[in-house]
Amino acid sequence: MDRQYDSDISELIATRASRHAAPAALRNAVRRATAAPAHPPSRVTAWLGLEWLRLSAAFAVGVLVALLVPATWHAVPDATIANELVDSHVRSLQLAHLSDVVSTDHHTVKPWFAGKLDYSPPVHDLAPQGFPLAGGRLDVLHGRTIAALVYKRRQHVINVFVVPRGADTPPADTRLSRNGFHVQSWSDGSNSFWAVSDLNAEELGQFVTLQQQQGD
Amino acid sequence: MMKSDRFETIVLPHLDAAYNLARWLVHDPHQAEDIVQEACVRAFRFLDQLRGNHARPWLLGIVRNACIDHLRERRAEQFLPDMDEDYVDTGQYGVEAHTPESLLLQKCSTTQVDTAIAALPAAYREVIVLREIEEMSYELIAEVAGVPIGTVMSRLSRARGMLRAALLPLVREN
Repeated sequence: MDRQYDSDISELIATRASRHAAPAALRNAVRRATAAPAHPPSRVTAWLGLEWLRLSAAFAVGVLVALLVPATWHAVPDATIANELVDSHVRSLQLAHLSDVVSTDHHTVKPWFAGKLDYSPPVHDLAPQGFPLAGGRLDVLHGRTIAALVYKRRQHVINVFVVPRGADTPPADTRLSRNGFHVQSWSDGSNSFWAVSDLNAEELGQFVTLQQQQGD
Repeated sequence: MMKSDRFETIVLPHLDAAYNLARWLVHDPHQAEDIVQEACVRAFRFLDQLRGNHARPWLLGIVRNACIDHLRERRAEQFLPDMDEDYVDTGQYGVEAHTPESLLLQKCSTTQVDTAIAALPAAYREVIVLREIEEMSYELIAEVAGVPIGTVMSRLSRARGMLRAALLPLVREN
């Protein structure tokens, strides 16, 4: 296909066209973003049994010293998870990569995850209640690939992160806000669910209640 | 090896290629920078899924898809003009263009070459940049662009013909 008479064009481009090198600022930004994480591991890491032993001591000291409150043991890791999921939520909006599978049909979205995950996230159609399903994608929490379901409320996006629970995992039950985003979590027998959105807390609460009423 | 070390060692060496591709696809340097940074964060998060030594096409594929999404969102341009995929190479550029090989090389400036590449539809810019500037194989380009090798080859052929058609008149004016 590289016909003879194309060789001059090839050489012309190879020798003459501009090659744009990555600016130093970009290289530095990428290095910062991918540097070893400074924050303590969350409970999810513990489920995976990674780095937990190594960092748990530092983590415990950090909790006791830095917070100076007899916080319940679960509250802090939940906050850490919430922080990371808020970041994921924001990135999902920035990346123009909200959904890998775009569909309002839960019969399309649910099977899409089969074969991509070792668990099956429950997917509900809440369009009649004003929370239409918009799609789903794969996301990552502490090195584990998880399902993120995307719902909408008017112009607001709600990400629901579905994290499988281990046998000894306490149920998630968190309501907090970070940087203007609300986070609410709940659990059923198999999974913990984390809903993240800039939607107001009241309507997000309605959404969570509806989700809980659906069952699997 | 720590994940960040692994990223530094096997992915980061391809940052220049990633940025170059993004610059050529979306044109705007700031947009390109943002897209590449986001793509790298994404690549880092999914690093565990990278198998073998395919870091280069893997990263470029992520960057490329983000760029195409960006163009589509902006409705800035059509990735591939309608009908172009049905193009049959009749040699309409090639035959007429059988110029002395050195003429284009002698006369074309960087600005002229850059302008001609920038004017190509995105689907052609992509293969030209990956093949002629990054010197990647057809196989790897096909992996980045997510199309069959045959499509890469026909797009390349078409793109070269379009570049020739754009540049020859400039050369002959002189």
